[in-house]
This record gives sequence, C-alpha cells and structure tokens, in this order.
Amino acid sequence: MKMRNLSKTTRSNLITYGMVIAAYIIVEIFLRADMVSSLMEGLLVPLCVYVILAVSLNLTVGISGELSLGHAGFMCVGAFAGATFSKCVEEVITSSLLRFPLAILVGTAAAALFGILVGIPVLRLKGDYLAIVTLAFGEIIKNVVNVIYLGRDSRGFHISIKDTVSLGLEDDGEVIIKGAQGITGTPNDSTFLIGIILILITLFIVINLINSRTGRAIMAIRDNRIAAESIGVNVTRYKLLAFAVSAALAGTAGVLYAHNLSTLTALPKNFGYNMSITILVFVVLGGIGNIRGSVIAAVVLTLLPELLRSLNDYRMLIYAVILIATMIFTSSQGGQEIQERIKLFFKRRKTKEA
Amino acid sequence: MIGFISYLVNGISLGSVYAIIALGYTMVYGIAKMLNFAHGDVIMVGAFVVFSTVSGMGLPPVIGILISVAVCTVLGVVIERVAYKPLRHASKLAVLITAIGVSYFLQNMALLIYGANTKSFTSVVTVPPITLADGALVISGETIVTVIACIIIMIGLMAFMKYSKSGRAMLAVSEDSGAAQLMGVNVNSTIALTFAIGSALAAIAGVLLCSSYPSLTPYTGSMPGIKAFVAAVFGGIGSIPGAFIGGILLGVIEILGRAYISSQLSDAIVFAVLIIVLLVKPTGILGKQIQEKV
Repeated sequence: MKMRNLSKTTRSNLITYGMVIAAYIIVEIFLRADMVSSLMEGLLVPLCVYVILAVSLNLTVGISGELSLGHAGFMCVGAFAGATFSKCVEEVITSSLLRFPLAILVGTAAAALFGILVGIPVLRLKGDYLAIVTLAFGEIIKNVVNVIYLGRDSRGFHISIKDTVSLGLEDDGEVIIKGAQGITGTPNDSTFLIGIILILITLFIVINLINSRTGRAIMAIRDNRIAAESIGVNVTRYKLLAFAVSAALAGTAGVLYAHNLSTLTALPKNFGYNMSITILVFVVLGGIGNIRGSVIAAVVLTLLPELLRSLNDYRMLIYAVILIATMIFTSSQGGQEIQERIKLFFKRRKTKEA
Repeated sequence: MIGFISYLVNGISLGSVYAIIALGYTMVYGIAKMLNFAHGDVIMVGAFVVFSTVSGMGLPPVIGILISVAVCTVLGVVIERVAYKPLRHASKLAVLITAIGVSYFLQNMALLIYGANTKSFTSVVTVPPITLADGALVISGETIVTVIACIIIMIGLMAFMKYSKSGRAMLAVSEDSGAAQLMGVNVNSTIALTFAIGSALAAIAGVLLCSSYPSLTPYTGSMPGIKAFVAAVFGGIGSIPGAFIGGILLGVIEILGRAYISSQLSDAIVFAVLIIVLLVKPTGILGKQIQEKV
C-alpha cells in the first residue's frame, strides 16, 4: 500500500477525513433505508454545526493555548450576517446553490472581522483574564444583537436600536431583523451534505494551518511565549491570526445553523456563554489540541443526551456525572495510575499470546 | 435627583449581593487557583433550602437561614473533596470543565426536585423600610439588611484573614502552597475551609438575592455567579477589599445602565466596563502586578 510511504501526521489526517466521509456514507445509507428516526434526522445539521465549532475552538484553545469562553458570540455574528444576507438577496438570487455559498462567505467574513476587532484588545491579556473578557465579548454581542432592528426599503437600509417604528420605513419596506424576535423566514438552505462539506473544509483549513510554518510558530508561542519572541516570532500577529481564523470558522458554523431554522433569535441558550462552554467541553473531552478528538467528542456528546432520552429527567444529571467522572479519570493522578495499569495488563496479555 | 439616589441605593443593594458572592469566589480563586463555576449554583441551592424550610415547612426564617448555611457549607466541602481534590495537580482546563460538570449537576438536581417552574420566594427580611425626603425616597428593609450584611461579612473576613491562625494559613497557601506545606500548614484542610466559608457566604447571598428579586428557578444562580466573578476580576481577583469594591461598582453600573441607557443592554454595559477596566489595568483595580520572569 501507498499508505506506508506517507508520514505519520499525513496518515493520521487522512484517517480524520476518511472518518467524516465514512460517517456521511453510513448515515446516507441509513437515511435511504429509512432507518433514521425523524428526531435523529433533525439532529444531523446541528451535529455538523457542533463539529465545526469544536474544531475551530480547538484552534484557539488547543493550538494557540488561549482559553476562550466567547466562541458562541462569533457564531452569533456569522449566523446573523449570513441570514441577513440571504434575506436580502432571496429575490435576486433564487438558486440556493449560488446563494448559500455566498451567505457562508459573508457570515465567515463578518465573524473574521469581529475576531480581529475583539482579538486585538483581548489577546493582550492572559489566562483567566482572557477567558473572562472573551466571555464578556460573547455576552455583549448576544445582547446587542437582541436590540438591533434592521429594515430595508427603496431608499436603502435603516438601522435602529429602539423599535420597528423608529426605523421610519416606507410602506413597502421590509423589516429584516426584529430585535429580540430576530430574523424570521431565512431560507432553509442547510443540508447534511453541505454540513459535511463544510466540516471537511474546516478540517482542511485547520489541519493545514497546524502543519504549516505558521502553525508551528503559533504552537511555539503557546509553549513558551518569551522564547518564541526571542527567536523572532511575531507574537501578536500569529496569536491574532489563530484567533481570527477560529472566529471565522465559528461564523461559518453560525451560517449553517441559521439556515437550518425558520426563526433565528439570539437566546442565552444558543448564543450565550452556556453554548461557548458546551463547545469547550467538546474540545477538552476530545483532547486539547487533538482535532480528531474534537470531532468525535462533539458527535458523541451531542448524541449522548438524545440516547439517554428514555431516562428523560435524569439524562442531564447523568451527563453531568459522566462529565465529572471522565475528567477525574483522565486528569487525576489516581485515574492515570489506573489507566497505566490497564495498559500494562493488555501489554502482558499480548506478550503472553505472542 | 431623588430618582437618581433611589437608583443608586438599588445599585448598592444589588452590588452588595454581588460583593458577598464575589468574596467567596475570590477566596477560592486565591487559594485553590481555580475558577469555581459551580459557585453560582451553590447560591441557588442556598435559596432553595430556605424556600423549602421557611415557605414549605413553616420554620422561622432565622432557622431556615442557619440550615441553608449549614447545607451549603457541607455541600461546598463535599464538592471540593469529591470533584476538585483529585484534580489538585491537573491542568487548569481539566478543573474548569469539572467545575462546569458540578454546575450542571446542581442545576439538574434542583430541576429534578423542584421542577422548572419559577418559585416565588417570600422575603425573609422583617426590617421595616425607611422613608426619607417626605416619602419620595423609600429604602426597603431588604436593602438595609443586604448592605449591612455585606459590610459585616467583609470586615469579618478581613479580620479573620489577618488575625486568626487559619486565616493566616490561607494567606500562606495562596502565596505559595508548597512552602506553606513545608512550614507545617495543612494545605488540604485549609482549602476545605476556604470552600466551606465561600459556600456559606453563597448561601447568605442566595437568601438576600431572592429576598430582593423573588423569583427562584434552578438557573437563578448562574448569571449572578458569572457577574460576581466579573466583580471579583474587576476588583483584582484574590483581593478581599477588591471583591467588595468590584461588587458594589458592578451593581451600581448595572442598575444605572438599566435606568438611564437601556434595560436590555444593562448586561452588555456591565461587561463593556469590565473590558475597559481590564485593558487599562490588566489585573483589576486592587490586583497585584505580577512580573513575568524568564
């Protein structure tokens, strides 16, 4: 096989891509055979959204080593920018095949812009301070989106933070963003296939970034900022680059999310810090800095509460217990000793068999 | 003018609650060097215990509060022992995720026991309101009790840290836990004591918060918890007077922002002020400047 000639990282990356493609094919077969419940079918696009979010956050948390608690804010920017764009051009561009990629580009660019704007002040801070400021920015974005009213008529766009009346629209004007009621009637352009393609693009961008000169510079800063700086790595530039790429990909996920819903509102549930924390849980449980781990953790942890649905009231409680137990098992000294013993046990069996 | 003073008083009242929560946050952070995301949910547990004992079982409020403080103290120590102690030497992120797990656990436990419906909390304060300026300015009993409780707690804590043996042990552990251990300080019991005090304060804060804002759900504690953390960072995390100042300032900014700028944007204003403070003074108002060494 040719596989043998490839380097270890390339092989590992190909496995990651292959895994996603295989998952898509399996799900498609099940869908064709009509063996998927409608509940699970409804989860397919959100699953893609979570995977993209987890992979992109891993770039900030794992590769760049900055704890960000505001990832959902960038997703919010992308979602609203993409949905606004789609609403505006819905009549001009009728083909969703052309419209949706453009909406994704718009949402991604908007989120990237916010990533840079937020990143410039935030990345001056370190550790827990950085975490709390990213949380603060995420909450600000969510709150501001909740009071924005945007309308359009023949004279152009009107914006207000009070109500729809103060937009001063003409009679034939159309209100696009209605404050806390958000955007209604976004075209349902998101499909599972597009979600999978976006996951593959995200993986491609992140994996190539990590294995490039830029990626090595970012990881050098993570491991020792002063040492990296002293050998001529431009710390601010590379940190900002990682942060902005991560924000942009969160924006992509946001556009996918927005076009899966008929009504898009900025609630604490979907764009608040709770969402950012949920994504962080995916990243940490999947393994910090491990891209494939993020993909697997996002899928497993999204499906877990659904699989536990039969236990209805207890499911989130069990989820919490599993979360704590996993952390103690993987990170505590006692847990690591047990892991070592298990490994040793299997090793011995192998040598005996041989 | 009277309107402004009235908002200011409300702000100080809310700020006092934030300050009490932030004191617990800042102590735990200073000593265990961890963000205890579950702290906000201990507030909720404290409020629910008072709700059950006073409104449910009809016990006198004082006994209800004492039971609540006792329950939360034990809860804090148990959480520390079960979830955080095994991770004492693990990475910061691992501890953070565990704290989030504990937070989910407490919220869903409360959801199972009490359901998702909002409970209306009967105020446990019996102090009569003070009327000033010919009835134009009314300061509620809850406000008076909250502010006084906050001041007493802060002074008490500062005295405890300065003069008692265990308080000085806490300071030593927060400075350098390894060196403190070599000097014969029992680090484990000191950390447990910190969690006990922090959780007891959270119980009091929960009762005071719900007396002023009487709606109680399993998620009541999470936003005040986050804001109290913001207050602690604001004042310089690890500093007791810093947590007090940060809490009061945060409460005042929130209420004034809600009254004069926009009710929907009050949270955004609070967070924006935090960002500005941290950018100008990255370790908070009273925080220590830590020099980075190579």
